[in-house]
Amino acid sequence: MDGSTKSPAGRGTAARDMRALRVLIRAHKRWDMLFSLLGLLALSIAILTLVALFVDMAVAGIPRLNPDFFTSFASRRAGQAGILSAWVGSILVMIVTACVAVPVGIAGAVYLEEYARKNWFTDLIEINITNLAGVPSIVYGLLALGLFVYTFGLGQSILTAGLTLALLILPIVITTTREALRAIPQHVREGAYACGASKFQVVGDHLLPYGLPGILTGVIIGLSRAIGETAPIITIGALTFIAFLPPVPFTGEPAAGAFEWLFSPFTVMPIQIFNWTSRPDPAFHQNAAAASFVLVFMTLGMNALAIWLRYRLRKNIKW
Amino acid sequence: MTVAASSNPISSETRLAEYARNKAQRKRRETVIESVLLLAACVSVFTTLGIVYILIRESLVFFAAVPLWDFLTDTQWTPLFSDAHFGILVLMSGTLTSSMVALLIAIPLGTIIAIYLSEFAGHKTREILKPTLELLSGVPTIIYGYFALLFVTPLIQRIYPELPGFNVLSAGLVMGIMIIPYVSSLSEDAMRAVPMSLREGSYAMGATRYHTAVKVVFPAALSGIASAYILGISRAIGETMILAVAAGMQPNLTLNPMEPAATITSFIVQVALGDLPHGSVGYQTIFAAGLTLMLITLCFNLLGHWLRKRFREAY
Repeated sequence: MDGSTKSPAGRGTAARDMRALRVLIRAHKRWDMLFSLLGLLALSIAILTLVALFVDMAVAGIPRLNPDFFTSFASRRAGQAGILSAWVGSILVMIVTACVAVPVGIAGAVYLEEYARKNWFTDLIEINITNLAGVPSIVYGLLALGLFVYTFGLGQSILTAGLTLALLILPIVITTTREALRAIPQHVREGAYACGASKFQVVGDHLLPYGLPGILTGVIIGLSRAIGETAPIITIGALTFIAFLPPVPFTGEPAAGAFEWLFSPFTVMPIQIFNWTSRPDPAFHQNAAAASFVLVFMTLGMNALAIWLRYRLRKNIKW
Repeated sequence: MTVAASSNPISSETRLAEYARNKAQRKRRETVIESVLLLAACVSVFTTLGIVYILIRESLVFFAAVPLWDFLTDTQWTPLFSDAHFGILVLMSGTLTSSMVALLIAIPLGTIIAIYLSEFAGHKTREILKPTLELLSGVPTIIYGYFALLFVTPLIQRIYPELPGFNVLSAGLVMGIMIIPYVSSLSEDAMRAVPMSLREGSYAMGATRYHTAVKVVFPAALSGIASAYILGISRAIGETMILAVAAGMQPNLTLNPMEPAATITSFIVQVALGDLPHGSVGYQTIFAAGLTLMLITLCFNLLGHWLRKRFREAY
């Protein structure tokens, strides 16, 4: 019926249009597949680089990993150099960082989530936290240098390093704690208030226990970031060649005080790696690879621990 | 009931007084707790104020000895020579070159990965690949520096033997790969936030996934993607250790990535590692450099904020 109203020429154009349309659709589908391949290519570039990094580090570093690598101090001879002062320093600095960042971060997040009113001051605090998350880490080093080392006179010590890194990871801790608190349903709070609890009782007895998985995750992620930070610690003056450990409390001649280790000179893992990488001797490069392997293991281990903890503790919660 | 309530009138009065005392005590305790929490929240404000105060105060010592005009326009950076020159342009050229190399890698690759993950990849693929990419950003930067110096540079030297051992190119390449997760993660979140109805409309018109992604989703998510780019730029400008290790610490006024160069950040590391006494002009240069860095970062933050407001689409 249709075809009888069309002239022979009209039927030909329709067929030509259909053919042109099919060609166009095929071309579009080809572009689609090409872009899909391009995406996979981009992904593989990124992931291959990561794999190359790991393999290079492992191949160069694992032969060097033996027990006396972990128990020797740095030395001018590559074969005898070890990371003892470095990993002990890292752990001590992490302890100080955690002791400062965790209380301040959780307290700040609780204030912002539960107590703060919606006014310009709260906005100012929130803008500040977002801003601080984007400040380059070396600026924190400069702040610590001017403020903690010289103005407060804390010296180039573990205490200064811990305070600096605590300030660095504070935005991370505050943000993740807020998310954890926000995820708790409102009826938990309402039930507690209905029983006559004060605001802090609601927070302390109900919200913090429920929010603990999320908070712990944030703290561990923050600490794993802090353990790898080099620039601020170099800026406040951690030395790169340390052949001694901070004094253990109540030991030694004369007996060290309980907090003398806080004010001792120190070094941390990333700085030891930096020192060894900067030397021209390839034997030290092998040491650097081994130490990098240990550092990456510590960092990724902490991240994995955070993920596992979050999964484990979240399972027990039934809203 | 009324009998019981009035059976011991004195006791009920004291009971009320006790309740009132308890309530006042509880209110006092709550106020103290709230002020302590407020103080903790204000630590971030104190940190920002502290950064501004320290940078300005210590830079003033520097600017008392070196005129601002010389600082901004001199073409040499030789703070330790007897004939000292303090031209920040030298360090800024290093920062600019390294950031450009890094962003030339990070922005295209990051965007393509983000489009692929949000529009093309299946759910399972995305669940595996996203954490893997996050791993890239979790590796400490000193290890990237080691990688750039001892793996990437020899690799490039096999193709191009005249490349010096310290150069901005390999540092910039590694920095670019490191920044990819920042760009791709935020861009992908922005693209996923675009409502499904826009995509469905586009598919209904016969568009392929590629066309939908590029012509519909990307423009719709532009404000989030612009934020991601600005974050990547800030990260590139503030990066220290990769450049300190692999780009050499030689101040060099050049835009050629095949040469060694010092950036603002690697210069600060260099001085901090040295023996200059606090208070000397050579030492105070690090605070002037840090102030410049903060101002540049602040400009980009403001630019990001403005871009977000300008391109925001409310769905």
